[in-house]
Amino acid sequence: MNAPAEQIVIRVRDLVVGFGGQVVLDHLSLDVRRGEILGFVGASGSGKSVLLRTIIGLIPKRQGSIQIAGMSLDTATAQEIRAIGRRWGILFQQGALFSSLTVRQNVQFPMRENLTISPRLLDEMAMAKLEMVGLSPADADKFPSQLSGGMTKRAALARALALDPEILFLDEPTSGLDPISGGEFDSLIKTLQRTLGFTVFMVTHDLDSLHSVCDRVAVLADGKIEVEGPMSTVLASKHPWVQAYFLGKRTRVKAHAVN
Amino acid sequence: MHVSRYDGFMGDEPILNRKIQGDRLELAASGSWTASHTELLERQVAAATESWSNTRTTSIDVAGVAELDTLGAWLLERLLRHASEQGREAQFIGVPGRYRGLLDEVGQVNRQPPPDRSTPNRLLLALDSIGRASVNLKTSLDMFLEMFGALSASLLRVLIRPPSFRLTSAVHHLNRVGWQAVPIVLLITFLIGCIIAQQGFFHFRKFGADSYVVDMVGILVLRELGVLIVAIMVAGRSGSAYTAELGSMKMREEIDALRTMGFDPVEVLILPRVIALVIALPILTFIGSMAALYGGGLVAWLYGDMNPQTFIARLREAISVTHFQVGMIKAPFMALVIGVVACSEGLKVKGSAESLGLQTTTSVVKSIFLVIVLDGVFAIFFASIGM
Repeated sequence: MNAPAEQIVIRVRDLVVGFGGQVVLDHLSLDVRRGEILGFVGASGSGKSVLLRTIIGLIPKRQGSIQIAGMSLDTATAQEIRAIGRRWGILFQQGALFSSLTVRQNVQFPMRENLTISPRLLDEMAMAKLEMVGLSPADADKFPSQLSGGMTKRAALARALALDPEILFLDEPTSGLDPISGGEFDSLIKTLQRTLGFTVFMVTHDLDSLHSVCDRVAVLADGKIEVEGPMSTVLASKHPWVQAYFLGKRTRVKAHAVN
Repeated sequence: MHVSRYDGFMGDEPILNRKIQGDRLELAASGSWTASHTELLERQVAAATESWSNTRTTSIDVAGVAELDTLGAWLLERLLRHASEQGREAQFIGVPGRYRGLLDEVGQVNRQPPPDRSTPNRLLLALDSIGRASVNLKTSLDMFLEMFGALSASLLRVLIRPPSFRLTSAVHHLNRVGWQAVPIVLLITFLIGCIIAQQGFFHFRKFGADSYVVDMVGILVLRELGVLIVAIMVAGRSGSAYTAELGSMKMREEIDALRTMGFDPVEVLILPRVIALVIALPILTFIGSMAALYGGGLVAWLYGDMNPQTFIARLREAISVTHFQVGMIKAPFMALVIGVVACSEGLKVKGSAESLGLQTTTSVVKSIFLVIVLDGVFAIFFASIGM
């Protein structure tokens, strides 16, 4: 939390979110710095997705403030909110591709709506994005229901990247993928992040992703950020859940296998 | 790199300068080559491509580019490719380190020719769609019969082993399609009865046939209109709900889940729904016919100056139990048709939201059509047996 202010893309302060009598996020504060890949972990049901959905404005908050690129969604006008929608890309857990559009049309949708662009360039850009995420031109005219899980994630990533966003939100990008595909997806995100220079906020359960692509990791426990920092800082934490998660039996077996 | 790209401040306008040095075409890009300037960028790149000069080598200087995103990078790459396609040497010069990765990445895309998307000729398309429609007609008939068969089979199984019938589910659906439909059925059939009686009095009065209005209302309502109106309403109200429910269950793989657990979806989901309809429709028809007769009587009294006693006495003379039976016999068959069509359309739903809407529409249109066809078949049948 000591980074200079202009380097902070997402600033969350004292955020309280709850449903009915249940408080999910309890005075949570978090900074995401420009150009980093932040991994966000926590137990199932601890509120990771709730935080992501609150940041992007899908869930109302009870208290606190959220600033994205220096702008607060509370005070923003409708026009500003629309403008900010062009500055972030979101990869939902299930892809959330529009089921009645083809993959190509899905990727073209944000461009068509936001830019004055010729059909030729629109086609070329869609194909470029699809190739950048590793889909073949033959997949472009398929419908989302015809795609495998991994292809759905890639197509959804291509749509999230359609307008070259500054911030990319990923909700469990590697869930449901086999470890090899998951690893490929991780390195894809890393490569794209280096090339396009965006900031990534990644909710994940995948220890491999955390180790291999994340610059910093934040751990959510009891509605607060328990520990935040590079992997070494997180591993040094004494919190029982953090210890169990990163140094638990399943992890040790994996480390063993690697050694 | 991406600071304040869409913050109202859109960066410097992109510029593409061209200059010819000997047999070398020098293009120099500067300003913001980003998506915010798409229109301007496209125009400049197109202009540069059209007025291409016949030089031996081409260089594209990108040192002056202040901002670059994928779209801008692709347009630069397109220029470069255009030059190479003309058989000339072409290269980027002065590429800043931060853009190197992006330009390399974009240099690899769109290398394969795009898949063929040309449309075949109109006549072929028309023939194609006629062929598909005919095949579809046969498949949908097959599906109807298949669903009918599956329903009969599971009904048989239930009759052999009654405890396997989902009574709770059937009662739940009976509540939805029967009990909850009563108010709207009452209202609509009452209004229809009123309208028929009013029209009857208005036109029959001209040749003094007032009293025959009662015959018309009675026979029309009991034989045809009561059951037809109610069946059409049920098809629109409950048939569409069945299709949408089963369709979304199909989309979310709930039906596959049932099947893998060893349950028969027809027995668990469809049989209770269809049985609920078969029970509900005759009851609603009865209620609806009574409401229509009541409406007719009310209009006769208020508009036709015929007091209720006379109306009832005339009604007793005009109609017989046969008319009532003709109407009521048709009801369960119409319910069966609506139920089978609604459920088989529901199971046809594919992955997309659009297909759910399409099948729901098809379900309603098809079941209303079949209800009317069935009514015609029954009319011929009853006429030939003298009912």
